[in-house]
Amino acid sequence: MKCAIVVFPGSNCDHDCYHILKHVFEIDTTWIWHKDNADLDAFDFVILPGGFSYGDYLRAGAISKFSPVMKAVVHYANKGGRVLGICNGFQILVESGLLPGALMQNRSQKFICKSVFTRVEATDTPFTNQCTAKPVLKIPIAHHDGNYFASDDTLKQMQDNNQVLLRYCDATGNVSDAANPNGSLDSIAGVANAQKNVMGMMPHPERSADPLWPDLDGQLIFKSLIQPR
Amino acid sequence: MLAKVHVTYKKGVLDPQGKAVHHALSDLGYTEVQQVNVGKYMEIRLEGVSEEEARTRVREMCEKLLANTVIESYQVSLSPAE
Repeated sequence: MKCAIVVFPGSNCDHDCYHILKHVFEIDTTWIWHKDNADLDAFDFVILPGGFSYGDYLRAGAISKFSPVMKAVVHYANKGGRVLGICNGFQILVESGLLPGALMQNRSQKFICKSVFTRVEATDTPFTNQCTAKPVLKIPIAHHDGNYFASDDTLKQMQDNNQVLLRYCDATGNVSDAANPNGSLDSIAGVANAQKNVMGMMPHPERSADPLWPDLDGQLIFKSLIQPR
Repeated sequence: MLAKVHVTYKKGVLDPQGKAVHHALSDLGYTEVQQVNVGKYMEIRLEGVSEEEARTRVREMCEKLLANTVIESYQVSLSPAE
């Protein structure tokens, strides 16, 4: 099992992801610099980590989508390779068109950093298959632009095709406006593409996956990916 | 040539900054304000292209990079460089 973590200028969760995969799960993990038009075929999955690539200039993810490595990521994803984008990685995936919708500034216009609960809406995906026994995950968010938006048509298509994988909820799994931290449409915290091999999520699973920490729900996302197919 | 590009949220997309500014203007007594949209303004200087080419190419820039057409719309106006 081999995985790659793409590093953009301004990525700042790349080391956290590396630590979890390399030292906690003992997976062969490689960093890929954004300037490499790397061949990703050898990897079992690719992670686009959180951070502030290119300083979030213009829009979060807008410049990163033209990084040389993104050609390789798009190619890899189009061939069915599994790609997980976390936070800024999610923003890059929507900007590049690999995922539907867009991420706007939080409705509070404030940066939000706290643990939230998310409900797993579908477990028949490479990213959530280990969540069947635990449908509510406690995972931290840390973002300014996490307010998910999609047109009515796109949202309906996504719902019909079970592409909404995570929704913000309370500790018991109830989805409500009060439990929606950033104003996301339909309380969406994570989505997949139609083929379910690309996922983006605003919460940071790598921040709740180290056994030194009491919250370990983020492990389930990585365990799902690591699960032999 | 100078291209002036305005990027704003599409109708129906909630603009939290516009809402906050509207609120502040109301507090200041500008009760006639009905709506505020906050967007981006960009100036792009171009050389060696006709006005028609400039229009086509700047619109292309908007589609590719300057605007996210899922949530934003854009307006381009051209004028001779100052």
